[in-house]
Amino acid sequence: MIQPTHASRRILLPARSWFIYLSLCIALVLNLIPVDYLPLLPDWLALTLAFWCIHQPLKIGMGAGFLFGLLMDVADASVMGQHALAYVLLAFAAGGLSRRVLWFPLALQALQVLPLLLGTQLVMLLVRLATGAEFPGLTYFFSSVIATLLWHPLSYVLLLPQYQPVERDDNRPI
Amino acid sequence: MGHGPPPFFKRGPAPLARLAFFVALALLLLVADLRFHTLEPTRMAVGALLWPLQKAVLLPVEGAGEAGNYFASVARLQEENAGLRQRQTAQANLLLRQAHLDEENRRLRALLDMRERVDAPVQAAEILYAARDPFSRRVVIDLGSSQGIETGQAVIDDVGVVGQVTRTFPLTSEVTLLTDKHQAIPVQVERNGLRAILAGAGGGQMELQFLPTNVDVQAGDTLVTSGLDGIYLPGLPVARVSHISRDNSYAFAHIECAPLAGVERRSQVLVLGKRTPPPEPEASEERPPAPKPGRRGGKGERSR
Repeated sequence: MIQPTHASRRILLPARSWFIYLSLCIALVLNLIPVDYLPLLPDWLALTLAFWCIHQPLKIGMGAGFLFGLLMDVADASVMGQHALAYVLLAFAAGGLSRRVLWFPLALQALQVLPLLLGTQLVMLLVRLATGAEFPGLTYFFSSVIATLLWHPLSYVLLLPQYQPVERDDNRPI
Repeated sequence: MGHGPPPFFKRGPAPLARLAFFVALALLLLVADLRFHTLEPTRMAVGALLWPLQKAVLLPVEGAGEAGNYFASVARLQEENAGLRQRQTAQANLLLRQAHLDEENRRLRALLDMRERVDAPVQAAEILYAARDPFSRRVVIDLGSSQGIETGQAVIDDVGVVGQVTRTFPLTSEVTLLTDKHQAIPVQVERNGLRAILAGAGGGQMELQFLPTNVDVQAGDTLVTSGLDGIYLPGLPVARVSHISRDNSYAFAHIECAPLAGVERRSQVLVLGKRTPPPEPEASEERPPAPKPGRRGGKGERSR
């Protein structure tokens, strides 16, 4: 499918499903890195999921969000279904916004992704507060801001395989 | 030949229908986990699946830590060594007499016809990492159900109580720290034997709950486990009272406590073996009727 991309006038190669799932798995591994809780660390999985749901709404959606949410629930020692619920809502919202977001330049794309990520965190917060957990403080939402700043580099990294030319040319590696 | 739409338009159920399905599924999971606690086997299976991944991620982190240790300056190690030696000498007096005191205690208890105190077996464990969940305070240790760890076992470090095992996986288990909001522990004020319940209050602090405003607790008092729950051995240090606000407009005093053990920063802990809870007192016929119930309980404990 030909995707609208903001600036580059080139036509991207179709995204490969295995690469999408591989990047989600890598994001999960990044989330699993055992550092003590810091509010600055972005939720890599939510960010990558939002990215692919915006770029490839036909290939990936709520099912993947639910599955990876469950894995995250177990890895995170949180309540079963907390991440699953939040990621499903994120995938739905990102898929719905996909036709609009991609027409903007990257900085403005990131601005539109920020409310999505904040909403994901808000859903998790509400789920946990409803069950009587302690409020972790407003710094909790800071990780979404950091994740938003990562949208620009992430876009380049994840779209790199699609920038390959159709015909191999030895004089032009990328 | 069918006249259905070409495959290009086949996109499965509508997004809203899919959303409704997955949200319902997630809510079902939430309720099943929170209300009925029926998902532990699922969690265990997925946890076992994820374990190799977690272990792989853990390796570089551990390696970095070990490399840091390797290059630690000799001076620091020597200093630490000297400190440990000093502490060992200071405790030698107690340690040497421990066997004697234990024996004496056993004989006196036998004389008084009291039940013998059971010593719980101990397993040393290492904290692998703190759980990423910002809403609770839990750590993961490197012993699991295959090493005989069960939920409910107490976890201590060299200073005091750290928490309790709340979930076990085959090779790891989750320890809920005392500072978690859902964790409570029965304690006793060491100075006067007053019994109370200590619960996590968030922000790394704890709170002594449900004590009247005129209660005899002072800032600096040490709280030890009372052992009434049948889980924690009695006498383990837990916390120190840091701040008391007695406001008569509230029914209870607001007593803040700080944990003694390095609850949030230790890496080596001990898991105490499961205590067999004391048998329920039998309702026997020949017990003399209690003279006046209600008056004795609270006062009697305090005069100890």
